[in-house]
Amino acid sequence: MSMLARTLGRAALQAAATRSLHISTVLREESNYGANRTTCTLIPGDGVGPELVYALQEVFKAANVPVDFESYFLSEINPVLSAKLEDVVGSIQKNKVCIKGILATPDYSNVGDLQTLNMKLRTDLDLYANVVHVRSLPGVKTRHENIDTVIIREQTEGEYSALEHESVPGIVECLKIVTAKKSMRIAKFAFDYATKNNRKKVTAVHKANIMKLGDGLFLKCCEEVSKLYPRIQFEKMIVDNTTMQMVSNPNQFDVMVTPNLYGAIVDNLASGLVGGAGVVAGASYSSEAVVFEPGARHTFAEAVGKNVANPTAMLLCGTKLLRHINLPTYSEVVQNAINKVLNDGKVRTKDLGGQSTTLDFTRAVIANLH
Amino acid sequence: MAARFIQKILKQLQLGLGLRVEARDAAPAIIKAQVNTTPAASRAYSSGTKKVTLIPGDGIGPEISAAVQKIFTAANVPIEWEAVDVTPVRGPDGKFGIPQAAIDSVNTNKIGLKGPLMTPVGKGHRSLNLALRKEFNLYANVRPCRSLEGYKTLYDDVDVVTIRENTEGEYSGIEHEIVDGVVQSIKLITEEASKRVAEYAFQYAKNNNRRKVTVVHKANIMRMSDGLFLRCVRDMAQKFPEIQFEEKYLDTVCLNMVQNPKKYDVLVMPNLYGDILSDMCAGLVGGLGLTPSGNMGLNGALFESVHGTAPDIAGKDLANPTALLLSAVMMLRHMELNSYADKIERAAFETIKESKYLTGDLGGRAKCSEFTNEICAKL
Repeated sequence: MSMLARTLGRAALQAAATRSLHISTVLREESNYGANRTTCTLIPGDGVGPELVYALQEVFKAANVPVDFESYFLSEINPVLSAKLEDVVGSIQKNKVCIKGILATPDYSNVGDLQTLNMKLRTDLDLYANVVHVRSLPGVKTRHENIDTVIIREQTEGEYSALEHESVPGIVECLKIVTAKKSMRIAKFAFDYATKNNRKKVTAVHKANIMKLGDGLFLKCCEEVSKLYPRIQFEKMIVDNTTMQMVSNPNQFDVMVTPNLYGAIVDNLASGLVGGAGVVAGASYSSEAVVFEPGARHTFAEAVGKNVANPTAMLLCGTKLLRHINLPTYSEVVQNAINKVLNDGKVRTKDLGGQSTTLDFTRAVIANLH
Repeated sequence: MAARFIQKILKQLQLGLGLRVEARDAAPAIIKAQVNTTPAASRAYSSGTKKVTLIPGDGIGPEISAAVQKIFTAANVPIEWEAVDVTPVRGPDGKFGIPQAAIDSVNTNKIGLKGPLMTPVGKGHRSLNLALRKEFNLYANVRPCRSLEGYKTLYDDVDVVTIRENTEGEYSGIEHEIVDGVVQSIKLITEEASKRVAEYAFQYAKNNNRRKVTVVHKANIMRMSDGLFLRCVRDMAQKFPEIQFEEKYLDTVCLNMVQNPKKYDVLVMPNLYGDILSDMCAGLVGGLGLTPSGNMGLNGALFESVHGTAPDIAGKDLANPTALLLSAVMMLRHMELNSYADKIERAAFETIKESKYLTGDLGGRAKCSEFTNEICAKL
């Protein structure tokens, strides 16, 4: 946590210091200590994942970004080709950063496991906080405007505990686990995030009127932590009301903190409001490492090989990675190129109402890099 | 329910008698004719009118109930209202609960209409809504959400029905703190309840000329529990080949619903997901003041408006009776009084479309009584 804070702080400082300089000089400055390259673990994922990470790699190459990828094919639906989970975990632990496509999860595991590969990866690395910044993009026309919400989701317990049993045939019990320790941890993360990013309000999403003990505990922890941050407004909202408010008046939300399942719901809902799964980036944090992956997790398997998926989300993951590893100028160059392409609106993938291909979009971004 | 049972027995009888194939093929037509005249309709004709229990509710409840009654009178609907009070009383066991008279009324009439109820916090009795749900075994909650012409929202092509399992799942109420700071809540999924709601969903789709049923689940994460629910719906889908069937993850539905609500028709799902999605869909068309709701049970059906009691405007003739009225229309369809249902629904939609007499929540200035009178005039 503290390391993260330091890195972020440093990045912010540097960004502030260099923004006034001319970009090309800065680029040279950074490439001067070019021997100092960063290695990043890369998990292409299933579905269109490989196509998207290819787009990202092309853009990085064209921008001369000093990042090397260590690629692992990890997959639950294709266990034969999949790398070993331990190797991937080891690589991420070593590199501390990872770019990840989405892993598909079959309804039944091939080994009878209740835990999915995604869950295993998250528990092994203790990636407890998922942060999805949902923002209206320039040039992307949607029903709602000026959405700017950060959804912070606990993702190591709750409904995703994978503890289930069939007591008697036809009767299944599924345990949802909520602990004070993890609830406190995510609440603190959310308030820290709000503080660092100059946010005004944190909304805790819950269903404590029904799950009085489980969600009640989560809510109590959030309340307790909120007292330590008097400058940040705290509010609570029941999950069904949250979704209703989100579709009718999404601008009221600032930072949201949610247990596991509600986070998945709100993430996707909010992504839908700003243009869909193809344009929202996310990141999962542990105290040590960060995994950057698209914010709404869909493999888009029906589009495999068709060259139609929107790489924006993955490219935005890339800019987040660059900011995180303290290369803010590179991050800005890529970010500006994406914004420019979206704003021009000439090159649009199918999900945004255009006819362009993944490759077209990638090329357009590359053309706008300089 | 009864009709289906008879159908089943008839089928078995034919099989037992070894009827020829042609005869068996001809049978459904006959059965259908019988079914159509069976439950509500024939009973209604025999006594002329049918009794319906009315629970006016708290806050704005009494006004909007009166509005619905007035409209029903204007439309000459052949039903008789039996208003009951559900203010909790102390029972023989010392606990507060619904008065026996109210329970008896719903049990004899088998059908009820309910306004919003207030659940006082910390008054020593549990939610009345929950108590009613338990009392009448209301296993399926049906919420049709349709964009209304005349009330513009950002989403103008919504026409979905959410059907939610209403007795178990995340709402089983089984929770415990194992050690300090560690809580486990149990989500209970049973084959019986899952099959029941699945069957209802497909039957609903068939009866209401819907083309598609989507099961919303999270079986990729909760592989056993949601897996069981999914399997039950999947099995049921095979018995209704004329209805399209698809399986979708909860998060996918959330994502697609706000982008293109036209993708979905009838949605069937476990308790919590239904709770969330039904409110979200209501949000798409303009809030809970416009969406009706019906609860199907083993011992009867209860139709209700799901909005709050709005104590701030209670008694001021400002409330919008649309949700309760549309719930009452749903009730008429359930009683197979379709012609009355269509008539009232048309009048209500037209009134909203004309936008002359809209209540405050829809951006108008009309009073509840003016809105009601306009609908009556249109009848």
